[in-house]
Amino acid sequence: MAFIPHTPEDVAEMLAAIGVTSIEQLFDEIPASVRAGELSGVPEAMSEMEIGKLMMQRAGADGLPLSFIGAGAYEHHIPAAVWAIATRGEFYSAYTPYQAEASQGTLQTIYEFQTMIASLTGMAVANASLYDGASAFAEALLMAVRIHRKSSSLKILVPRAVHPHYRDAARAITSQQGLKLEELAYDPQSGRTPLEALQAHEGADISALAIQQPNFFGVLEDADALSDWARSRGMPVIAIVNPTSLALLRPPGEWRGAADIVVGEGQPLGVPLSSGGPYFGFMASRMEHVRQMPGRIVGRTLDVANEPGFTLTLQAREQHIRRGRATSNICTNQGLMVTAATVYLSLMGPRGLERVAAACHARTRELHGALCRIEGVRAAFTGPYFHECVLQLDRPVAPVLDALAARDILGGFDLTPYYPELGHALLACATETKTSADIRTLASALRDALQAQHAA
Amino acid sequence: MPARAEKLIFEYSRPGRGATDQWPREFGAPLDIPAELARRAPPLLPEVSELEVVRHFTRLSQLNFSIDTHFYPLGSCTMKYNPKACNAFAMLPPLLARHPLAPLSHSQGVLACLHELQEMLKAVTGMQAVSLTPMAGAQGEFAGVAMIRAYHRSRGDLARKEIIVPEAAHGTNPATATMCGCIVKEIPVGADGDVDLAALEAAVGPATAGIMLTNPSTLGVFERRILEVAEVVHAAGGLLYYDGANLNAILGKVRPADMGFDVIHMNLHKTFSTPHGGGGPGAGAVGVSKRLEPFLPVPIVGKEGERYRWLTERDRPQSIGRLSGFMGNAGVLLRAYIYMRMLGREGMRQVAEHATLNANYLLARLARAGFEPAYPARRASHELIVTLKRMARELEVTAMDFAKRLLDYGFHAPTTYFPLLVPECLLIEPTETESKQALDAFVDAMIAIGSEARADPERVRSAPHSTVVRRLDDVRAAKQLDLGWKQGAAS
Repeated sequence: MAFIPHTPEDVAEMLAAIGVTSIEQLFDEIPASVRAGELSGVPEAMSEMEIGKLMMQRAGADGLPLSFIGAGAYEHHIPAAVWAIATRGEFYSAYTPYQAEASQGTLQTIYEFQTMIASLTGMAVANASLYDGASAFAEALLMAVRIHRKSSSLKILVPRAVHPHYRDAARAITSQQGLKLEELAYDPQSGRTPLEALQAHEGADISALAIQQPNFFGVLEDADALSDWARSRGMPVIAIVNPTSLALLRPPGEWRGAADIVVGEGQPLGVPLSSGGPYFGFMASRMEHVRQMPGRIVGRTLDVANEPGFTLTLQAREQHIRRGRATSNICTNQGLMVTAATVYLSLMGPRGLERVAAACHARTRELHGALCRIEGVRAAFTGPYFHECVLQLDRPVAPVLDALAARDILGGFDLTPYYPELGHALLACATETKTSADIRTLASALRDALQAQHAA
Repeated sequence: MPARAEKLIFEYSRPGRGATDQWPREFGAPLDIPAELARRAPPLLPEVSELEVVRHFTRLSQLNFSIDTHFYPLGSCTMKYNPKACNAFAMLPPLLARHPLAPLSHSQGVLACLHELQEMLKAVTGMQAVSLTPMAGAQGEFAGVAMIRAYHRSRGDLARKEIIVPEAAHGTNPATATMCGCIVKEIPVGADGDVDLAALEAAVGPATAGIMLTNPSTLGVFERRILEVAEVVHAAGGLLYYDGANLNAILGKVRPADMGFDVIHMNLHKTFSTPHGGGGPGAGAVGVSKRLEPFLPVPIVGKEGERYRWLTERDRPQSIGRLSGFMGNAGVLLRAYIYMRMLGREGMRQVAEHATLNANYLLARLARAGFEPAYPARRASHELIVTLKRMARELEVTAMDFAKRLLDYGFHAPTTYFPLLVPECLLIEPTETESKQALDAFVDAMIAIGSEARADPERVRSAPHSTVVRRLDDVRAAKQLDLGWKQGAAS
């Protein structure tokens, strides 16, 4: 129980060395009035065998449905080597690398990770990660306000086509410091954020512009035009990107209005879906902004014998040094997930990642085609899309998804509560894990669901 | 452990090489991505074989100290054994494969685990409601302070913007207060380790939103007058926030709610043994009293009859909102759940008892060996502080030197230079999963290094000698920024 190794003899010797007669005496400074009684809300202890059986049962209850849900978390093949390495005790049970000599494994892994993320995003420098894409987006807004000294409005332009949870989290986190998120409408035909939406803010004092590419609908924005508008008006550009897509899409560092800060969800890079976490948020920026970046950063330097080595650097930005004046209160990077991602990217390499991205795109096109052929289903948008698409049904989405779920198929994500203006809309995604047979299975089940309700 | 450096993965690259078994089949269909949106040059990623990847990262892992390989007495980090079962069962394939937006019909298993975790955390803290969503201790702190502000605002009390923090507090506390748009007010700690009550009374007033406290404190001792502190702050209209970093010391023995705290965050990666992973992921679940319940961050797991569902902003209109893309670090939460189920109610209590026994044993042996405890008249909680200020003054051997020499003896160093209040300090937290033999070996090493400091101080000052790198130049690292490998750069 409790993985405690002490024998009664050990305890007796230790108490004698301390000079007390019982463990209870060691708590004698604690007022009696705050001592807890029996913890009735906690059940009896279980053996490993018992909890193992329970977890198998619970896992079994949720099954392994055929899923076409994306919406910010993507099912990809994760090579077995990724987690075989990441769960090695030396990585899994190591602490934050504050004692650099004892942590070169972790530190070098992070340095390699930073290199890969910087290159993927087309930026000069990346940090050691943040909690997830949504909170990284919030941190990016705060960072943009810090770097855009000429602006005092604290107003950020954020397209409505940015992931709704990202906008919610950003609002919850940044409103505490007075930031205001101003929504930009999308064009209902193409699904893109039009330049006109920006032009409405001509001459206003705006702190920054955010662009998600592809956007939440899977639609490809005209990132060049939008970013150029902002940059030429002195506004920092914040890009939110899908890391897999960067194998095929022009990275934000190379947009016409090159981004200042790039963030996104790193989950697609070797991290399992796992009910929503743990994931990791990546962040990259121009070199001139590096001192405003939150989170940990690893640097390479020399040791006392002139040997190269790795260490946490620019720590003066962080909470343990700057305390109340730190760039953020963040004290964590998602070390374990970063390790997994670095292994994943090493196994994939540039061509493997390109293959994954191309396969996702091709499968989603196939999905789009197969579903739009069904009566009662049509494409919502005309714009080019990448690895995710929005479909409109001729009736409410929820009951249709329920019917599919009853057949162990998760047909997509219901957009109705978030974008009521789109009517009965569904966001569907097919990654490289889906086969043509899987898509036919979905199409056939969807056809049945729509016909059944017709007949009813 | 090999003391040999490992090349960068990029230095193994050969054009055209790759772990091709892992790649999906090539798709013949031409891509229809508009030319202006297409990438022009491939990203800088390694082109290596799978064996090269496995060998490289396995070798890198061998350069780390970890709980699995070394006694790791980092104060305030709670480096206890991470049970393999927690990892194995949290990584059952259906649990790994579950999409966060899967419908309730396919979520009852996971939601049952998470709901039960919420209930167990309520039980051990005495709090009335729990949200599991904050993804780290610092995010839990953010949620806590944000809830305190929301509470005051909801009562029209808009002037309350000050957060009181003891000067010995962890840096995240004032950083969090600032992130929430608050003003930080520091108060001193007395020589006996307790908060200065008179200073606190002078500091509270109509602008006080609340106080952030750890108990036992960052000084490794129990805040003996906590009930009086609570009285003073509540009487002034403020709320009490509990930083749960040191919960391991009192688990099952004291419930923070009973000490007067209104809101708490727990570090599941400390007390509840989820993996530190080289810097994360953590999980900072928050617990609140009834009056703060409406403000909890969403989503929360709710139960109706035998069925579980998510409670969102629709159910909790006064919530401070969501803090993450989905529902937080579910995989971490499952590991904490499995750990708590294995401990059971008896186990919780045993954790605190043996963690405290181990710390007091170290305190006794180290004091007897001539080391200077920072608070000699106090009981250690689950951790203790020794100050090496005399050694630093007389022999010019610092706490940093000591820490580095401990690496040569095969121990990860304790926390150094925190809390800032105690000069040249080592903050030592053994945790309950270490045996008496492990503790004795550590004390023996400390004694040996103490002798070396007198007989051959340079050996200690120039430590470590056995690690793959030694005393990295931090100044150079910050001045000559090298934050990523550049193609064509010298290795």
